[in-house]
Amino acid sequence: MSAELLALDLRALSGALAAGRVSSREATEAALSRIEATDGRVGAFLRVTAERARADAAAADERAARGARRGPLDGIPLAVKDLFLTEGVETTAGSRILEGYRPPYDATAVARLRAAGAVLLGKLNLDEFAMGSSNENSAFKPCRNPWDLARTPGGSSGGSAAAVAARQAWGTLGTDTGGSIREPASFCGVVGVKPTYGRVSRYGVVAFASSLDQVGPLARTVGDAALLLQAVAGHDERDMTSSTLPAGDYLARLEEGAAGLRIGVPREWFGGGLEPGVEARVREALARYEKLGARLVEVSLPHSRYAVAAYYLIAPAEASSNLARYDGVRYGLRAAARGLGEMYAGTRASGFGPEPKRRIMLGTYALSAGYYDAYYLRAQKVRTLIRRDFDRAFEACDVVAGPVAPTVAFRLGEKLSDPLQMYLADVYTISANLAALPGLSVPCGLHPAERMPVGLQLVGRPFDEATLLRAARALEREQGPPPAPPEAR
Amino acid sequence: MLSIEEVRRIAALARLELSPEEERLYAGQLSAILDYVRQLEELDVSGVEPMTHALAAGEAPALRADEVREGLGAERALAAAPARQGTAFLVPRIIE
Repeated sequence: MSAELLALDLRALSGALAAGRVSSREATEAALSRIEATDGRVGAFLRVTAERARADAAAADERAARGARRGPLDGIPLAVKDLFLTEGVETTAGSRILEGYRPPYDATAVARLRAAGAVLLGKLNLDEFAMGSSNENSAFKPCRNPWDLARTPGGSSGGSAAAVAARQAWGTLGTDTGGSIREPASFCGVVGVKPTYGRVSRYGVVAFASSLDQVGPLARTVGDAALLLQAVAGHDERDMTSSTLPAGDYLARLEEGAAGLRIGVPREWFGGGLEPGVEARVREALARYEKLGARLVEVSLPHSRYAVAAYYLIAPAEASSNLARYDGVRYGLRAAARGLGEMYAGTRASGFGPEPKRRIMLGTYALSAGYYDAYYLRAQKVRTLIRRDFDRAFEACDVVAGPVAPTVAFRLGEKLSDPLQMYLADVYTISANLAALPGLSVPCGLHPAERMPVGLQLVGRPFDEATLLRAARALEREQGPPPAPPEAR
Repeated sequence: MLSIEEVRRIAALARLELSPEEERLYAGQLSAILDYVRQLEELDVSGVEPMTHALAAGEAPALRADEVREGLGAERALAAAPARQGTAFLVPRIIE
């Protein structure tokens, strides 16, 4: 029973729950057993809230028995990145400085999942404060790729991607500041969506870089991701950057195919740094689109080569400001000290790991007197140029398509000693964050030699997630069901 | 190349206490990252407006009406405090 249940995708499980063929309790027990059996190796979860999940499942079954199911997510076991505040449930952002912190409220995205009846299994591993591309910056434990335990799952939402790939949860939430949903989705062979900036509320999400951070779903299929996005998207008055535009209908036109779609292929994304096996799969996906009746259009994003440089000024600058709040006064760690200044510096020295410290230093430098114009202001202007490139491209195409990452998942330890090499893993994903555009990763096959998943990235017009998802679904349907990783067999 | 003195100055601004090893490590790593980001100097950005916010064009920040609403309340806000006294966060003495 358990194995059959775990083989269902989210929407199939939802159908089975609606028909009364399975109960939320059975699904929840199946997920908890799977976590128990696999997570010692994978490390996707920082915290499993089994008792709470069982209570949520019982409540969902009780609603179903009364004929009062709240909708398609009612009774579905999900999990969220440990960057989302969860009322009364420890939330660490992957950092020692927040160890033991129990927030007094839920993030809006979490509250919306709960209101939809979802069962929350626990909190997922991540790079500390979402800073990283391999999940190796977690202060607590590494997370491993269910396709190959010697490799990273990507990051920073590594646990969110690994949990879906290992079939520990039917869907997860992550956050994406420079690729932190799309890159791990690509590495783990799952679907990951970074919506338009402002589409999903950031209220109650531990802030990293406020003008770039965005919440999004990871799931086994495009349809599952669309369903999750539908549940969390929409205006929230508690986030002043939350868009007041109504959320789209992400499922209505999902099956309408790719015929007539104009797919922009940026020549700058197929240059020297792209590993040939990854390029082969991406090109194959583009050929499938042509076969499906889409038209490939060459476009140019001339400033995208400056995206990583602009990002590593803007994101650390915003991070240095956001992370100033961890000072030992209101929550989290406090170092013993005689005076206030000593307490601040001591708390931050012992609570932050190497990557947050590095970025706080970099951001503080970029914002400091005499350097602001040369670094931060210039980077903000380059950001405008990057956005203009996309605006021009979207005059000729409906979506932009290319690789998510230059390689498949790399090995643990491979890039740890060289921060700049780690940053370059996000070379194709960062542009969408800087331009505030929606992007996603959809699996497009296994690397011919390494037998690791490759993702295709699609980037769309502002708030046009519906077209992105429709295009991704067309490819998914054409490819047929993807293989499952060894940890899910 | 950032000097150790500059690293110390930045750390003081950021309220970070660094060990001598960290100072050396960050001097090297931050210098390498700054060398990389200097490629932005190749671009002519004269006349380009900085992208200071990421909201959709024409969309104003959503501000709600200025009316009194129930907040978190002192007890819940203070619940995670490392040290408190009554309804206040307690910190080490500032003025002797």
